[in-house]
Amino acid sequence: MALTTDAQGRHSAMYEQDQHLFDAAEYANQGPDFAAIRSGAEFGVLRRRLRRFIFPMSALFMGWYMTFVLLAAYAHDFMATPVLGLINVGMLLGLSQFVTTVMIMLIYCRYAGRKLDPALAAVHASAGVSS
Amino acid sequence: MTTGVLAATTAVGSNPVMNLGMFVGFVAITLFIVHRVSSGNTTTAGYYAASGQFTGGQNGIALSGDFLSAASFLGIAGGIAVHGYDGFVYSVGWVVAWLVGLLLIAEMLRNTGRFTMGDVLAFRMRQRPVRIAAATSTLLISYVYLLAQIAGAGGLVSLLLNITSKFGQSIAIAVAGILMILYVLIGGMKGTTWVQIIKATLLLLCMALITVFLLGRFGFDFSTILGQATQHNKLGSAILGPGTLYGKNKLDFVSLALALMLGICSLPHVLMRFYTVPNAKHVRRSLVWAIWSMVGFYFCTLVVGYSATALVGDDAIVHAPGGENSAAPLLAYAIGGSVLLGLVSAVAFATILAVVAGLTLTASVSFAHDVYASILKRGISEPRKEVRVARLTAVTMGVLAILGGILVNGRNVAFLVALALALAASANLSTLLYSLFWKRFNTPGALASIYVGLGSCMVLIIFSPVVSGSSTAIFPNADFHWFPLSNPGIVSIPLSFVAGWVATMLGSRGENPAKQTEMEVRALTGIGSGLPT
Repeated sequence: MALTTDAQGRHSAMYEQDQHLFDAAEYANQGPDFAAIRSGAEFGVLRRRLRRFIFPMSALFMGWYMTFVLLAAYAHDFMATPVLGLINVGMLLGLSQFVTTVMIMLIYCRYAGRKLDPALAAVHASAGVSS
Repeated sequence: MTTGVLAATTAVGSNPVMNLGMFVGFVAITLFIVHRVSSGNTTTAGYYAASGQFTGGQNGIALSGDFLSAASFLGIAGGIAVHGYDGFVYSVGWVVAWLVGLLLIAEMLRNTGRFTMGDVLAFRMRQRPVRIAAATSTLLISYVYLLAQIAGAGGLVSLLLNITSKFGQSIAIAVAGILMILYVLIGGMKGTTWVQIIKATLLLLCMALITVFLLGRFGFDFSTILGQATQHNKLGSAILGPGTLYGKNKLDFVSLALALMLGICSLPHVLMRFYTVPNAKHVRRSLVWAIWSMVGFYFCTLVVGYSATALVGDDAIVHAPGGENSAAPLLAYAIGGSVLLGLVSAVAFATILAVVAGLTLTASVSFAHDVYASILKRGISEPRKEVRVARLTAVTMGVLAILGGILVNGRNVAFLVALALALAASANLSTLLYSLFWKRFNTPGALASIYVGLGSCMVLIIFSPVVSGSSTAIFPNADFHWFPLSNPGIVSIPLSFVAGWVATMLGSRGENPAKQTEMEVRALTGIGSGLPT
């Protein structure tokens, strides 16, 4: 029975949250002041730092991957050039896609830890939300 | 070598009792675990998103499990074994695509929504039409992907249990479908995630051990494997370079690669997995785990694929029941006898089960949350009833998958996976990116990018060579194709971006400025989402 009560309790909590989703005006009155956070300097820093990283990086890895794909599709002889024994350029380029994927992931995690998370904490602090 | 190959081919399936035993063992253990972890599934948060209680590591393994489907595990190993380098090129897309999720989608999605893609897309739009569009996209993509998986189950069963009759295979598909429904009904998101974690761990371990063994056997010289592979493949040294599989229609391959890169992290069942962890930082951690395991897995697949040709030969693989998909099981038999074959087969079957369960769950949640609760009940449904609707949808979806699977069994449905990816990249990615990053984006824009993406994909595929006009088409005797490619992505993806942009510009300016500000703040910071930070 204790379980049922618990479940019921959670129901009502979510019930409320669901209603908020559908009642923008009411939510805006009760919730955090999003407009103030949005125009705050801290939020600007976070937004700028995020976009400055993810857009160029996405362009980079997409361009690099499509270069590899186009080479595989149209430059058969180049890709089949042997390098180490029977291992050829195509295979090394393919494996290098694996390596660059891991590298970009690690660079992003480092950047997020050093630049994004502190900026996020600053937004939380200035908005008075515990973080 | 020829006699060895024949022996291997005939011996495969000669021990169906052991294969069946291992498979039943896996099912029994996982069902028990699913039952144990599944308490609390009466709440929507519990049933839909495991109450967000998984850690980043657990969720990362489950994420990679979603991708180590039969298509990518058996299919890519087989592709490399038979076609060589072109199979490997295909696998590269499955790894690189994770960066789209890591950099552009995952963390913001977790901060903004609660259960479904519709939560994010409809956040600052008119609820009703956008949620219907999001649910349509989710259901269509999940069903196409589900059909591809369950159809693969038929071929796999014929290989593993030596069932050759169509009727027997239909029974096997039905059993797989019923098990899938059971996992979803009993386990909800928590249960299916645990099945995914167990299966992915088994699969990764299995592949790693086989790879180390193979490398050891060839003196840790990959070149030696390649050399022996060229001797046992009728294409000879052509398998080392590109062009064996995608050489005929180059643009088609570019189109496929584009859909792979942009579609994988826009698949609804992957998007939903971003909701099963407590907060955005755990989402980041899950993707790190997923990328590491995918890189490791596809490196192993490269070794396993070429080794399968080297040790079994492409002839034996192509002529085995199950065709290309039999490369990994045949290799397992060649190096580890019937015990390893049984193990690999059981893991492969488990893979299909876990993936289809995840897909069914996603579809049912989208219907219950986006259509039933948000539209039919205007957001004031009772959670217990909502979960019941989700369960009913899961059963319906499962029955449809069984019927569809039986219908397409034996037909050439390899294009379905590529179609699902193209649909996801066309309808979901454009709409998600616009919603998250473009302030002016509005309801007409969202509807246009979803429906134009879905519609153009479906129209192009119907008039492509995979449906008619070629010997391998679904209707080989008819010819009404005019679109030259079998992958519509290269046309439909840009089209959906353009449609979203045009409709936004033509539509009303700004829907609800307060909502839009809220979404922007919430996506980046998680403030207002109620998530622990």
